[in-house]
Amino acid sequence: MLSLLAQGTEFVRPDVDFHAFAPELVLTGAIVLVLLVDLFTPASSRGVVPQVAGVGLLAAMVPVLTLALDGTDRSLFGGAYAVDNFALVLKALFLVAGYVVVLLSTNYIAEGDYDEGEYYFLLLSSILGMTVMASSRDLISIFVALELLSIPAYMLAGWRKRDLHGNEAGAKYYLMGVFASAVMLYGMSLLYGFAGSTLLSDIGATIGEGDTRPLVTLGIILVIVGFAFKVSAVPFHTWAPDTYEGAPTPITAFLAVSSKAAGFVALLQLILVAFPGRTDVVGPLMWVLAALTMTVGNLIALRQTNIVRLLAYSGVAQAGFILAPLAVVGTNPDGALQAIITYLLIYAAMNLGAFAVVLAVARKTRSAEISTWGGLFEYAPGLTVLMSLFLFSLAGIPPLGGWLAKFVVFRSLLEPDLTAGGVTLAVVVGVNSVIALYYYANVARQMWMMPNPDGDRTPVRIPVSLGAALTLSIGVTVAFGVTNLATRFGDLAHLLPA
Amino acid sequence: MENNDFLTDWGISLMVFLPLAGALIMMLLPKAEEAAHKVVAVGASLASAAVGIALLADFDYDNAEKLQFVVDRSWIDVISSRYLVGIDGLSVPLIALTLLITPLVIIYSWNHFPAPHNPKAFLILILVLHTGMLGTFVAQDLILFFVFFEVVLLPMYFMIGVWGGEQRQYAAIKFFLYTLFGSALMIVSFLAVFFVTGGDSFSMVELARGVAERNAAGDLAMSTQVLIFGGMFMGFGIKVPMFPFHTWLPDAHTQAPTQGSVILAAVLLKLGTYGFIRVALPILPEAAVEWAPYIGLLAVIGIIYGALGCLAQTDMKRLIAFSSVAHMGFVMLGIATLTDFGLNAAVFGMVAHGLITGMLFFVAGSIKERFHTLEIKRLGGLLLQAPKLGWILGFTTMASLGLPGLAGFWGEFPAILSAYNPGADLSEELFRVYMVVAAIGTVLAAGYLLWLFQRTAFGTPNDEFADEHIHDVHGSEWLAWLPMLLLVLVLGVYPDLIFQVTDPAMDALGHTFATLGD
Repeated sequence: MLSLLAQGTEFVRPDVDFHAFAPELVLTGAIVLVLLVDLFTPASSRGVVPQVAGVGLLAAMVPVLTLALDGTDRSLFGGAYAVDNFALVLKALFLVAGYVVVLLSTNYIAEGDYDEGEYYFLLLSSILGMTVMASSRDLISIFVALELLSIPAYMLAGWRKRDLHGNEAGAKYYLMGVFASAVMLYGMSLLYGFAGSTLLSDIGATIGEGDTRPLVTLGIILVIVGFAFKVSAVPFHTWAPDTYEGAPTPITAFLAVSSKAAGFVALLQLILVAFPGRTDVVGPLMWVLAALTMTVGNLIALRQTNIVRLLAYSGVAQAGFILAPLAVVGTNPDGALQAIITYLLIYAAMNLGAFAVVLAVARKTRSAEISTWGGLFEYAPGLTVLMSLFLFSLAGIPPLGGWLAKFVVFRSLLEPDLTAGGVTLAVVVGVNSVIALYYYANVARQMWMMPNPDGDRTPVRIPVSLGAALTLSIGVTVAFGVTNLATRFGDLAHLLPA
Repeated sequence: MENNDFLTDWGISLMVFLPLAGALIMMLLPKAEEAAHKVVAVGASLASAAVGIALLADFDYDNAEKLQFVVDRSWIDVISSRYLVGIDGLSVPLIALTLLITPLVIIYSWNHFPAPHNPKAFLILILVLHTGMLGTFVAQDLILFFVFFEVVLLPMYFMIGVWGGEQRQYAAIKFFLYTLFGSALMIVSFLAVFFVTGGDSFSMVELARGVAERNAAGDLAMSTQVLIFGGMFMGFGIKVPMFPFHTWLPDAHTQAPTQGSVILAAVLLKLGTYGFIRVALPILPEAAVEWAPYIGLLAVIGIIYGALGCLAQTDMKRLIAFSSVAHMGFVMLGIATLTDFGLNAAVFGMVAHGLITGMLFFVAGSIKERFHTLEIKRLGGLLLQAPKLGWILGFTTMASLGLPGLAGFWGEFPAILSAYNPGADLSEELFRVYMVVAAIGTVLAAGYLLWLFQRTAFGTPNDEFADEHIHDVHGSEWLAWLPMLLLVLVLGVYPDLIFQVTDPAMDALGHTFATLGD
């Protein structure tokens, strides 16, 4: 600030590369359009709103693709905002996952008693925050992105406003979220105080390189803890199951996939760019967080009887798997980055698919209790097969995508040399995969092997948008499992060197 | 010549993926078209078999130790895994076994679909299984191998869980959890081998060479190798299954529908023993020498424990399941000797056990269908009520107990004999003790099998079934069983049919162990 003032009074227009943030601009345009369309169309033709939102998300993909084809790394605002392959791969993930969430929402929101225009407005705003997050290389832009993606999500989580569970979901998520933000801000202020800059690369150059003063370490830990809330790592996961259960199911999918991925993106940027020299703190911390998260998440998931809560705890456990490569970030930073990006891509496809089936089945059973899924194979064989594929993909059974995700995690833990920490964590991951299989297979057992509880065998009617979401998810889940697509994206996603 | 080029490039892939293509077609056909489903399923399995026969006919048996029809394409290049397939003398008999069993199982199913019926789903699962099994036997890249190895889990889980007996859900999840636990440790081992050899390739041949080079340079700690072998041992040992990891098998076998039991016994168990011979031994020979005494010990415990277990069973299917534990013990004993003699015996034992135990499960299934029970004490007088079925059971039990002249003999006898003189400086005293114990196992085997035959086939029918008309062997059963029965006889009379194919490949492996110390 002071240096800026010292430059004198003459204002120089900063050189802005509009192409670099064209995706965000298009998305902002779409947000405005959604509001206007909602305002000026009669209530009877509100069905057009989700379509505008969907098209807006796909339109934002166009500049992402042109930037990817162009291929040059761009850095804006003095390094605070970067457009590199890492950012582009993740922007694509957020936009496509967001599009699937819009597809999931279309009928759910239209058929329930909800405000449509505001819903899509908030959803797109949150996605905008995520795309900003993918490019943020500065504490301030990370914080702004985080709030931009979180605040709409707090409101969306409480969208079922006439339902007590819905209110609980929103309130819990909000309180936990702002608490985490406060913790993180305090950590950030400490880091800024020591480094004298908010740029991640500056922090990496000044205190990231082996500054072991206790307050620096505290700052690092506080910032990481703040994001541990976001990715629902144990012991900061307690909001997730209640919020997931109370929120509208499409929003649950959104929180479980996109919001969690955004948290990991921030963690990656912080750990790899700002604290590369402090893996002595980050590595052990992540080892403990990962092992705890996957084990506790899995053990509690074993006892769930509600499919949404089950997916919530399975999501906690999956977060543990995604955290695991960060435990060896000191010896294998590239491998950890590649593994996490690959995992996030595959996880998004299979988890969105699972939520799509939950939504489709709930259209008939009007319940999320797993016991109501009995005999599904008899009257909805297609949905049953799809759900089984998504579940066993989550469990990591080849040739479905999930196995490759687990595989890259194993790989990053053992590369390049076998270390005691890496091997033991790999065994923990292995044991947890087996525990997880039990509850995934239990859902499959209900669908395939148990009798229909109420004898109602009317087939489930799947609306077009839900069908599209299912097709997209299963196609990607299988394609990621048997081709090298996911790993290619994971490999491409190198961070801009600091 | 052009024809051969086509076979070389596409033969294996066609053979492996034709069943999967069939399954995809069936997914698009409506469920009610049962006849169409049966035709597509049998067609796909026969088409795959036809390609397989063409491959086996074109196989160069004089160089059976060499990988043939090798296809090496880029697959997941970021993790250095390639689509690398090929077959050698070790794969040939097992591929032939798989190609034979699956169409026979489909033919047997024709009018025998277990409750809750649904031929569409049932046959799709069998075809997916088929692709997984064939793929495992042709994969020469560890990751590809792992994927195929795991592909069989899901179809078998659903087959047991949906079409199985009373306790099907428990048996299905137990099968799934046990195998997945082994697999998780196995994949960690695969990766560990990959990284200790420099992390360039998952090709099995390359990995074996890499480990050998590091051993020659003396910079690979034996403890690391032993641990890595341990991970593979868990993966393959659970699949075999070896004592003490065998407990999933009796449940899975007893609860699975007949078709599932047959496939499980005939082919799936072989994936484990095949894994030992194809993956674990060649890649980590020095660790294998360390492990061999323990593998041998578990093998003979399995032989005796399985036999004693058989004597305690009251259910025919469960008895056959325990006999599998014992028979796979012989196979593992042959492998543990680390000699070409023992390894040949092991491969023969795999094929023989596949045919004979598969056949036993077929017969058990047909008995269950006729009497609605497999409780041994309620059965009896089968020879009076259904003499052909009774004699087929007799023939198969004789083969199973290792009667010379039938296939079972050539799996057991050489395996016992090979333990007399183990390779790679293994303790002769120890293995001779194993030999004696295993020989006692054959006596017990004769005991429980004859006892089974006697109580089910001899005597007069139990009062409750005395007045019932029991249909003797019918058309689709003959069609499914005759090839297997004939093969049991042919292989028993002329075992060289398999030995001369496997010998070159096993010779090469045995040679590795014979020259380890040099």
